[in-house]
Amino acid sequence: MPLAAMKMDLPRLEKLAREMRARIIENSHKTQTPHLGSCLSCVDILVAAYFHTLRIDPAEPANPDRDRFILSKGHGAAALFPVLAVRGFYPESLLDTYGQDGGLFAEHPPTPSHLAGIEAATGSLGHGMPMGLGMALAGRIQKRSFNVIALVSDGECNEGSIWESALLAASQRVERLCVVVDFNKWQATGRSREVLALDPLADKWRAFGWSTVEADGHDMAALVELLSGVPNGSGKPMAIVAHTVKGKGVSFMEDDNNWHYRIPKAEEVAAAKKELGVAA
Amino acid sequence: MRNAFADEVTKLGKEDSRVVLLSGDIGNKLFDKFKEGAEARFFNCGVAEANMMSVASGMALSGLRPVVYTITPFTTTRCFEQIRVDACYHHAPVTIVGTGSGLSYADLGPTHHSLEDLAILRTLPGMTVFAPCDEVELRLGLRAALRQDGPLYMRIGKKGEPVIHRTPPTAFVLGKAITLRPGRDACLIAAGTVMPEVLAAADALEKAGISTRVESFHTIKPLDADKLADVYRSVKLVAVVEEHGLLGGLGGAIAEWRVAQDAPLARMLAFGTPDEFMHEVGTQAYARRKFGLTADNIARRVLGALRRAA
Repeated sequence: MPLAAMKMDLPRLEKLAREMRARIIENSHKTQTPHLGSCLSCVDILVAAYFHTLRIDPAEPANPDRDRFILSKGHGAAALFPVLAVRGFYPESLLDTYGQDGGLFAEHPPTPSHLAGIEAATGSLGHGMPMGLGMALAGRIQKRSFNVIALVSDGECNEGSIWESALLAASQRVERLCVVVDFNKWQATGRSREVLALDPLADKWRAFGWSTVEADGHDMAALVELLSGVPNGSGKPMAIVAHTVKGKGVSFMEDDNNWHYRIPKAEEVAAAKKELGVAA
Repeated sequence: MRNAFADEVTKLGKEDSRVVLLSGDIGNKLFDKFKEGAEARFFNCGVAEANMMSVASGMALSGLRPVVYTITPFTTTRCFEQIRVDACYHHAPVTIVGTGSGLSYADLGPTHHSLEDLAILRTLPGMTVFAPCDEVELRLGLRAALRQDGPLYMRIGKKGEPVIHRTPPTAFVLGKAITLRPGRDACLIAAGTVMPEVLAAADALEKAGISTRVESFHTIKPLDADKLADVYRSVKLVAVVEEHGLLGGLGGAIAEWRVAQDAPLARMLAFGTPDEFMHEVGTQAYARRKFGLTADNIARRVLGALRRAA
């Protein structure tokens, strides 16, 4: 299959997102690993990108013309790993090695040379987006027409390198770079608008010279439309400030920051799957 | 040296369309010729070095050969984590150039000194660390760096440094030291722009009847272990000289090699800067005198150590 967007339809995208949520919750319980809230807030964005918009070919993960997706908020790796497996970059059975001694799946993404589908080994915040800017500039030099999508968290917007990068992307008018902010209103230990003065976040991106839109980060139709519109003709880099809910999809996890580090018990996994409509 | 760097990177930019130059808002007019031939491959990234290093790494992961250039502290300590994670962890072929290294900018104060760069950068897996003694080594090393498929850090001087290699070395390989002079009694091992002091020290030692070998260890990592073994087999005393702190640089690297050897080895002297910031103003020549990085002091200490050993 050549480089092509999958363009899965909305009902299937939404069903897949529910299944991914169930997998992520099961994995957190099974491997006793955290960051559940952060993973659940970005699942819809990942599913929209990988199963609708990105022009990629899992058989050729290093194709120089592929679109790049960078999980700059590397602590969402437990959401990315099953997405890449289902998209076909590696067998789903490999996911059983998550967190195991000698395995590849740590709590943050490994390097591209160690796992197909990964574009940058993130985990230290404020690195992925600037690397993505470098990739987008490379594409311009090489006269290729791939897009780069970098998913950052609101907490990650604390990092100075995000704003250094925003300035250079704007001065260079890198219109094939799109940053999606997973704006779930929390960071590790508090409300993101209280820890540092992030508000008004969309206005900040606008003021930095970015073509900026706000969207519901769980509205699959909106995500698909926006991600498919890169570049958007403005001649500017594009920022999507995606309003999300930490722990989205499970009533007792939603907007409760305890789930940044808390691990679900077996009965909580069962209750979550019931809510998601995913068979046990 | 920086003019030679600009000239060589311009040539390389013409020869290889993968070469990209990123500058941290320095080198006004220095890169005009590069820009003439390759405007689309020159980026003034502003005074934002962390981003610059990540951008370069992203370019390298996309098949380009970025060269990052600014004053040494800002391209090393300022963005060390970006070097560690984005360049080294990804083993991305980024060439990092620190200009005005060591005490080149002594009179600008310690914010602009770099006396720890070799130490910290050689701790990073997969990183090559290179300190040319003159523009000949610089040009050869830059060419070799762009042929590598991993990251390289290069510390260079400012301008007006003398040429050491009157004729180009017959072979140049990163990781292989160059013998500048043969000798049987003592060996002076040095890296970087302090080399003229080292050669003058060797002259003084020869006058005093000490046959003195001189080695340009332009590559601090990987360290040329074969050459070290040969040196230690051949002489009674080894002195390591660098315009860098005594902690962890070339001297530190050689000391680490030394403790891993089984046989007893000749004595080693280390010349470098002590564990302190330089709080007073001074030229590079003043700073070298203050820290004992002069031909006179090197020759005196080597002579003294040889006499005590005799």
